Amino acid sequence: MDAKQGKKLDFSPILVPLLSILVALAFGGILIFIQGIDPLLAYRVLFTTAFGSFDGIAITLAKATPLILSGLAVAICLRAGLFNIGAQGQLISGALASAWAGYTFVGLPALVHIPLALIFGAFFGALVALVAAVLKAYRGVHEVITTIMLNSIVIALSDYLTSNPFKEPDQPLTRTPKIQDSAQMPDLLGLPLGFFLAIGLSITLWWIMRNTTTGFSIETIGRNKNAGWYAGISVKKTIMLSMLIGGAVAGVAGAVETLSIIGRFEPAFNAGLGFDGITVALLGRANPLGVIPAAILIGGMRASGSTVQFEAGVAPELVDLLLAMILFFVTAPLLARFFKNRKENVAMTSGWSN
Amino acid sequence: MKTLLEIEGVSKSFGSVIANENISLTVKEGEILALLGENGAGKSTLVKAVFGLVKPDTGTIKINGTVMESGDTAAAIASGVGMVHQHFQLVPVMSVTENLILGDEPKRFGVVNIKQAKKEALALSEKYGLEVDPDAIIEDLPVGMAQRVEILKALRRDVKLLILDEPTAVLTPQETDELLEVLRNLAKRGVGILFITHKLREVMAVADRIAVLRGGKLMGTTTPKESSESKLAQMMVGREVVLRVEKSQAKPKEVLLSIKNLRVSDDRKLESVKDLSLEVHAGEILGIAGVEGNGQRELVEAICSMRSRLSGEVIVKGQEIPNLNPRAAHLAGVSHIPEDREKHGLVTSYSIADNLVLNRFDQAPFAKGWIRNLEEVANNGESLVEKFDIRAPDAYLSAGSLSGGNKQKVVVARELSQQLDVVVAAQPTRGVDVGSIEFIHNQLIAARDAGAAVLLVSAELDEILSLADRIAVISNGKIVAIFNSKEADRNTIGRLMAGLAS
Repeated sequence: MDAKQGKKLDFSPILVPLLSILVALAFGGILIFIQGIDPLLAYRVLFTTAFGSFDGIAITLAKATPLILSGLAVAICLRAGLFNIGAQGQLISGALASAWAGYTFVGLPALVHIPLALIFGAFFGALVALVAAVLKAYRGVHEVITTIMLNSIVIALSDYLTSNPFKEPDQPLTRTPKIQDSAQMPDLLGLPLGFFLAIGLSITLWWIMRNTTTGFSIETIGRNKNAGWYAGISVKKTIMLSMLIGGAVAGVAGAVETLSIIGRFEPAFNAGLGFDGITVALLGRANPLGVIPAAILIGGMRASGSTVQFEAGVAPELVDLLLAMILFFVTAPLLARFFKNRKENVAMTSGWSN
Repeated sequence: MKTLLEIEGVSKSFGSVIANENISLTVKEGEILALLGENGAGKSTLVKAVFGLVKPDTGTIKINGTVMESGDTAAAIASGVGMVHQHFQLVPVMSVTENLILGDEPKRFGVVNIKQAKKEALALSEKYGLEVDPDAIIEDLPVGMAQRVEILKALRRDVKLLILDEPTAVLTPQETDELLEVLRNLAKRGVGILFITHKLREVMAVADRIAVLRGGKLMGTTTPKESSESKLAQMMVGREVVLRVEKSQAKPKEVLLSIKNLRVSDDRKLESVKDLSLEVHAGEILGIAGVEGNGQRELVEAICSMRSRLSGEVIVKGQEIPNLNPRAAHLAGVSHIPEDREKHGLVTSYSIADNLVLNRFDQAPFAKGWIRNLEEVANNGESLVEKFDIRAPDAYLSAGSLSGGNKQKVVVARELSQQLDVVVAAQPTRGVDVGSIEFIHNQLIAARDAGAAVLLVSAELDEILSLADRIAVISNGKIVAIFNSKEADRNTIGRLMAGLAS
């Protein structure tokens, strides 16, 4: 990021996400009202469940953990000007790989087994991203297309693997065997260990983006590819690197989910985590630290969805609806423009050459 | 003659910056008023106020005697104001006709009647004597033609007052002459024209009256007859400006940049630099004169290793520069002031300080190994902002919020503050105000005197004539002649540029 942004505080990066959440809640409220339910009650239940008690917060943070990571996977790519829709596929690949490492290796101490399984997850997440990265860097194929298609490929492939070579023997279910106890990620202070890992990764990536030459290269290519090329930054290398980081982080997201929550790989158990990552990244303004509050918010909504249905009688689709609207408003250029730095001359148009 | 536009006591400030202060102006029917001023003098703000894009703090704007509600663009258009923006508002993938009718399409059964539209387009182009091909796709057109479409688009709405925001900034000298002719014809038909520019020569050539803005204030109005280029420059800048560059005799030494049998193709894969050889010595400025699009851009990009060479060599200080490796060219000692500063020269959302290290952010002292030294970046930023007279409150401001001249100074500061062997300056003063031009010229001469080999590419023949020690004329991808600048003669060079044998 920039060398010091100056002393003036600029609230617009916080204002836009905050406003989109509020607007989404308002529209959601109307829809709840149409169902004949008091929206305030529904929202009160939603928020007290998610954030009202220590247990609630612990569940929320557990839900937020893979979202922080998948949000990070999308955010890093966004920094480089790439839209990684493939976090879902990368995450599934990482989840399956870590499950395999988790049940295959026997007799390892936890201190070795857990990191090993995580590295498996990161590696196989990155492997999926590698395909899109090579196609983008060397053949100019748009990453949105390739990552979407890779999602389908990975999902189909993981279905095949879990119902054939990796299938738990003598079981009717399509799933892998359970991971060894030594691969099970423990809790720390009542919170999943993965949560701290996610926070640590966020801070690390934030620091890398801010303080290292690699971060500056990624940022420069993301903001102006032509100027990056002019300045001697390798566009290809930077695209490869950021996609691989993104894929690895998404893979870790899947691995953490496998090793601390699910305990094995089972198709469809990870559904949507990668896609929620897109919302998280955009809501967090593609900032590695910004994804943390965004993921906690969305994790909270996911955690309390069923309670809201139970206690307030709201359809369970409410949470998906709210998330979709948040995504819509946060990307709506209108709001963004409204809070654009007004000192800047508002350009009415841009040239067509770029 | 009837007064079309009356601006009375208009003031506008953005935060603490005063863009316009108590400005009063009029434009009559059939009159060309040139609004002259440096970048940041408040010209654009003023015309945006007329067009309803900016709401003045105080003052009134009357069009045809009616007071305009501020912030009402639709009303301004309805009362006959048309604006041609500096950045065209055309859809590049659509045809000329489609662009002309956009927003007000002739319809038949609820569907766009393209036949009728084409007829209208042709009639319009005939009426104003502005020839265009109605079926041409905008992105295929040269800039001058695209601008013509932009003007026609404004004229289609029966314009009485036409505002042009720096229309010549993107044009070649020939296209500029054509545009000025068009403006004269429009004025004859009774259209009032408000013409923003900072190019003195154009003002002298076409304006009926000249209004000069400086620092948001109206410094006065005059006419070409009562004034001169140097008087206008003084009014604009507030001090005497040396339009003629002062420099000492060049003392050329060894060859630093040598180009051998270079062949390069352009974006359309057509060969645009054809077997070109050239040598530039330490301590001299070699100017490349030529009509734009004769291979200059490809030549510059090939030297800087940004564009693939089909064949040939670029040798800097005896060392061959590898193909397609801008970093290697930079490390070998090539400084490059790129033609398009917004596209290549700057990351506009970055701070000035970051832009000042854009091509050496990973070298000492700006980085130690993998870690950037942000303190050094900031120090370097502050010192260069001062040394190169970049007008900004501090080095942390985003480069995009600077005026054109100051943006260019950021690029120049970065490129000329490093070890200087070869300097490639492409259109270094395009879209830059008079004060900054003088500054940039002096910096290039200082680089020469410090022993750099300077290759200057410019579409402004005057710039070449006043700066260069030797002049090479490029035509159709080849160097057709090289002159010592003392022997150079405007007419001969002009004929060579046009591809005629001298």
